Amino acid sequence: MTTETKTPVKKKSRSVGEVLKNMTRHQLFIPVAALVLLVLFNLIADPSFFAVSLKENSLGNPVLSGNIISVLDNASELVLLAIGMTLVTASSGGQDISVGAAMAIAGSVIIRLVCGGRVSVDTMQTSLILAVLAGIGVSMLFGAFNGVLVAYLKIQPMVATLILFTAGRSIAAWINNNQLPIVNDQVFKYAGTFIPGIPIPTPVFITILVILAFWLALKFTNLGLYTQSVGINANASRLNGLDPKMIKLLTYVILGACVAVAGFIRVSRSGSINYSRIAENIEMDAILAVALGGNALGGGKFNIYGSILGAYVIQFLTTTLFKYNVPSTALPAYKAVVIILLVVLSAPVVREKMSHIKKSSKRAKEVA
Amino acid sequence: MQEGAVLELRGISKFFPGVKALQNVDFTLRAGEVHALMGENGAGKSTLIKCLTGVYPKDEGEIYMAGHDKPVTIRSPQDAQNIGISTVYQEITLCPNLTVAENMYIGRTKGNLTRWKRMNKGAGKILKDLGIPAAPGQQLSSCSIAVQQMVAIARAVDMDCKVLILDEPTSSLDESEVAKLFKLMRDLKARGVGIIFVTHFLDQVYEISDRITVLRDGQLVGEYVIEDMPRVQLVSKMLGKELGDISDIKKASDKAADMTSVPVLEAEQLASAAGIKPFDFSIHKGEVNGFTGLLGSGRSECVRAIFGADRVSGGTVKVNGKSVKIRKPLDAMKQGIGYLPEDRKLDGIIGDLSVRDNIILALQVMKGFFRPFSRAQAEAFADEYIKKLEIKTASSDTPINSLSGGNQQKCIVARWLLTDPVYLILDEPTRGIDVGTKTEIQKLVLELAGEGKSVTFISSETDEMLNTCSRLIVMRDRKVVGELKGEDLNQDMIMSTIAGGEAQ
Ligand SMILES: Nc1ncnc2c1ncn2[C@@H]1O[C@H](COP(=O)(O)OP(=O)(O)OP(=O)(O)O)[C@@H](O)[C@H]1O
Ligand SMILES: [Mg+2]
Repeated sequence: MTTETKTPVKKKSRSVGEVLKNMTRHQLFIPVAALVLLVLFNLIADPSFFAVSLKENSLGNPVLSGNIISVLDNASELVLLAIGMTLVTASSGGQDISVGAAMAIAGSVIIRLVCGGRVSVDTMQTSLILAVLAGIGVSMLFGAFNGVLVAYLKIQPMVATLILFTAGRSIAAWINNNQLPIVNDQVFKYAGTFIPGIPIPTPVFITILVILAFWLALKFTNLGLYTQSVGINANASRLNGLDPKMIKLLTYVILGACVAVAGFIRVSRSGSINYSRIAENIEMDAILAVALGGNALGGGKFNIYGSILGAYVIQFLTTTLFKYNVPSTALPAYKAVVIILLVVLSAPVVREKMSHIKKSSKRAKEVA
Repeated sequence: MQEGAVLELRGISKFFPGVKALQNVDFTLRAGEVHALMGENGAGKSTLIKCLTGVYPKDEGEIYMAGHDKPVTIRSPQDAQNIGISTVYQEITLCPNLTVAENMYIGRTKGNLTRWKRMNKGAGKILKDLGIPAAPGQQLSSCSIAVQQMVAIARAVDMDCKVLILDEPTSSLDESEVAKLFKLMRDLKARGVGIIFVTHFLDQVYEISDRITVLRDGQLVGEYVIEDMPRVQLVSKMLGKELGDISDIKKASDKAADMTSVPVLEAEQLASAAGIKPFDFSIHKGEVNGFTGLLGSGRSECVRAIFGADRVSGGTVKVNGKSVKIRKPLDAMKQGIGYLPEDRKLDGIIGDLSVRDNIILALQVMKGFFRPFSRAQAEAFADEYIKKLEIKTASSDTPINSLSGGNQQKCIVARWLLTDPVYLILDEPTRGIDVGTKTEIQKLVLELAGEGKSVTFISSETDEMLNTCSRLIVMRDRKVVGELKGEDLNQDMIMSTIAGGEAQ
């Protein structure tokens, strides 16, 4: 062994090109770049896109309105799902496609309790907190069901969650005896709309709270280290004293909790539920948010903030498309094109190639 | 190009962020020679091979091949294969869930539909020729590491190549398998194939090589003809200094073990799902013992049973005289037991995580889910061991994947040292580790014993066991067949016990 182990050479002065290169290498480059592009596009096409105004809503409360507010507001459910989906992806190397259906279940449980079995109520029959907690509990149980299938029975996550994906909306309908109850109590709608006197949509606050909770959890527990270890090498993790099955299960349960909060926001927006349409196709957007955030869908290392950013980018895109009157039936096609582009660009293979091309063109210049 | 050369590398450089892995390295391979590429862990051997075979793009330099008048461009392992360079990489790169035959033919069917029958027949023949104990239709993951390694070699050899590269092919093979491999290498050599051979086993270098090229810290030290290069000199060329001596520490530690006290760990009729015959085992404070036997004799399975790595199916375990239940690794860790597994890639490293996370993992798990180490604390731990074990890494933030094989191994050693175990099990800790560090690790084991720790040491290299262990448990066919200590601890006695002559 050499006694003088070489200290790595750190380059002090960095050229602009190098800084650029490091930037493009960064995990968050693609979602940030996408966001910047969307902002630029809107700035050029119609700067009024960013206008925010104070308006009175139907209840006579002054509230903020504008496209930006709408992006922040409407992205909430997606952000919550993306957070949970990131953990599930990291630990089990697969995705939960039942989140939309599970949101229907959670929403249905909450509505059922709030309505106490009636078709329409003007005042809530159960305390809202209790109803929401019950919704979260039930949703976590369904998460555990998925988790057990994946972790203990070793079924591919997509296949395992296909069960709930297929059955979830029927279960949601069954919970309310196939009725479509309506909650007219304004307090119920606070979470999905506005709290009187506060001009910012409540979902924005809920999302911030949840993000904060995860920030704390990642800082003050080993959630991050454990899920990544298990996702990268379950065998080795086990030999280091971890219980990979338990940790995978845990991530599905956590996703269940996120799903319930998202479901609550969604039913709270309208005070009603449509079992077959609520949060339809949201699982695809949630998975895309994870991928856009630069996370490998094969599991392992993750960056939760990437997924969050990814979710906002997707919502920004949706809102922009709406603004230009893209018919909602055509929306998915437009979205697909943009998203394919983004995902392809963020694929490691492509990035490798790009940096290679850059390098050789630089060398060509030097030679010339 | 030089007369008789099949391959020439000129001025190869490769830089990784923070590391100059190769600087202006020349290398010449002649037809029909076995050329050993030597150097300590992280010297750049694997990187040189990966640059040559297109796994990494090289930053500078040229590659010349016989029969091409211009430098060749190799952009991928496929390109390398096409111009006649076959490679067995250090980390086995086969697909565990395919069959043996599929692994041997994958990516080589050149467009036409795979012909299963012919493929299986062809594979069967090669396996038989090389004496590899595997069936073509067997799933690869069901084979031992040694067999997988042989399959990887068989895959490379089967192609008509001009250059064969073997990066530490023998690290998990036993003597008879090495002999088979050497016979094969001699056959190929006679056919004019040039062979690049990377290994840390000096004996093997002197047995088979014609020439040696030594790298140190990414730079070329020199090329030597084997006859002109005595061992001691070779080692100091590699290390840049003389090799340390361990013989004096051994004696001191021999006395340290108190064999009359209550054993630190005592197992009776221990059995596991991995299919070993129930065995008894004990180890005392300050003792170093070991399991020996041929590959597949069950030595790893024994220690796995002690650590709870495989499902324990019977037997009792006492720690310091008290009965304990060890059902899973965490139970063992809580009793102060550490275990360095045999298969680094599969059971040891957490690939994409940083060196730091890999080092603190076991201790962190013991500390608990809700009590993560602060970043500063984790960094301090990692830096301490990076320094202590001289782990070559750009920083503690580097993913462990990008370290050289030997340095990855050191990280796993560090991981267990950090937990400050009472009893440490080391299964092949020196696999893939350079000569200098091998001695360091043996020294470390003896030092631990000197501090009153107990160590179980497993190594395929008998002299390492003799250097460190005061008692050897001999295994054959998944059964303990003898125990050697004192006078009986010598090469001949071990061999004869393994072969069937009873000890005692
Ligand atoms: N992909 C990579 N990214 C960053 N650094 C790397 C990468 N691969 C290798 N290195 C660095 O390059 C150096 C040389 O590594 P290499 O694997 O070639 O060593 P080696 O001589 O094969 O050692 P060993 O005997 O341990 O296998 C090491 O310092 C290693 O950390
Ligand atoms: Mg190597």
